[in-house]
Amino acid sequence: MKEFGYQRAADVSGALALLDADPDARFLGGGTNLVDLMKTGVERPGRLVDVRELPLDRIESTEDGGLRIGATVTNSDLAAHPDVRRNYPALTQAVLAGASGQLRNMATVGGNLLQRTRCGYFSDVSKPCNKRVPGSGCSAIEGEHHNHAILGASDHCVATHPSDMGVALTAFDAVVDYETVDGPGQLALTDFYLPVGDTPHRETALPPGALITGVTLPPAPVAANSRYRKVRERASYAFAIGSIAAALDVQDGVVRDVRLAFGAVASRPWRAHAAEQALTGGPVDAAAFAAAADAELAAARPLPHNGYKVTLMRNLVVAVLSELAEEAGR
Amino acid sequence: MAPAPSSTYSAVTLNINGEKHTLTVDHRTTLLDALRERLDMTGTKKGCDQGQCGACTVLLDNRRAVACLQLAVAAEGREITTIEGVADGDQLHAVQQAFLDLDGYQCGYCTPGQICSAVAVIEEHAAGWPSAVTDDVRPEAGPPPLTAEEIRERMSGNLCRCGAYVSIVQAVARAAEADARARAVDGDRTADGSQAAKREGAAA
Repeated sequence: MKEFGYQRAADVSGALALLDADPDARFLGGGTNLVDLMKTGVERPGRLVDVRELPLDRIESTEDGGLRIGATVTNSDLAAHPDVRRNYPALTQAVLAGASGQLRNMATVGGNLLQRTRCGYFSDVSKPCNKRVPGSGCSAIEGEHHNHAILGASDHCVATHPSDMGVALTAFDAVVDYETVDGPGQLALTDFYLPVGDTPHRETALPPGALITGVTLPPAPVAANSRYRKVRERASYAFAIGSIAAALDVQDGVVRDVRLAFGAVASRPWRAHAAEQALTGGPVDAAAFAAAADAELAAARPLPHNGYKVTLMRNLVVAVLSELAEEAGR
Repeated sequence: MAPAPSSTYSAVTLNINGEKHTLTVDHRTTLLDALRERLDMTGTKKGCDQGQCGACTVLLDNRRAVACLQLAVAAEGREITTIEGVADGDQLHAVQQAFLDLDGYQCGYCTPGQICSAVAVIEEHAAGWPSAVTDDVRPEAGPPPLTAEEIRERMSGNLCRCGAYVSIVQAVARAAEADARARAVDGDRTADGSQAAKREGAAA
């Protein structure tokens, strides 16, 4: 690991000033991803600005009935919060499906959104990787890619975003709040991650030096009937090979409102707008659910070894929406 | 503006098992390495050193965490509990006793991490936290019973290469039952105590 300086920020403006003064500095939250990547030499910051103790650790109801989640709230506290469990149960399920109890106690909401891909070639500094070293090539396209992207990828990178939390947040129209030395800003989570294109090393639309201060969830009555399902290669403590956050509201036998987002299929949590559109106002049955999944997955461009994900995601859409329809009918 | 030169080491005071230890650390030092290599507290084990095996599990402010991904310098100000601090003097923690009684280990290398993790699992469950296998996470559903499936999910961050999981699950369940009984007795005692106090007040 490269040597680095360390400072603990006392407040948000202090944290921003420290980062602004040193282009080689990085914010440190829980460190569960950054410290790991520093050990392997993927990340080589000259200075860490520790933001874990900033007063951004509250979860508060907003005036309109949504939630504001501070950036340093830990995954554990987010998952355990009664309002999250009651009003956005898929978010609690998504967070609990990720990592281990130890890591969820350390990891923060802000850091979760900024965690890096778990593509094995990204983590291996001896291999070409356009995300790690722009222009060096992609080892995964011709190599081991059974758990890589089927949607929104490019000829330059097929890595996936590993977050579970982010998938549920994306389904529920979360907005990322940030601060810069020039003032505050907001980004819808659906605009937060940049398209891969030929710049896979540029991952988010955050301005340079910005600090995520929180995530705002708008009120979403549909989210009360929601579910997160994650498929992985072992029963627990593994990254997804495919996941889904879904919410469904049924009235008079038709879909009144529906939310769908996919995980582990793209460089970002994938909001399934096409599927939602196909479902809204339509019948509540397996055939309609499958047709909606097909509408979304028509854009899929699977690689030789990850075509199974198209079938997997289609089946997940049908299974989880069917369960939610049954719940809604009770 | 050029960045101010930044030192790459700091003097830190770590609060471990109720005792303060002051030492100068290279910022690269993890809490795990500080414990083992600098403070001679080798109960906390190094397995994978990348946050995947749980052998280095300690408690930070009474919550379990992996010491291999925790920088020592960033642990200043936190209450650190290691396996050396889990017992109350010579009185073993109920989790330690259960691991001994039920053979919750084979080679023992992962055991300190398993025990620290289990101590926290019992607390998390008592606080009503759901898990990934909890059927209904809504608060109205109440806390799930701590079944073997729940224990396996909640302990999944601690790997055991000997595969002693069957006994580990039994040990955690036994310690959790003892803990629940103790909590119930404490609750009764508090209730009885307040009634007794009232009676005494009436008598006076």
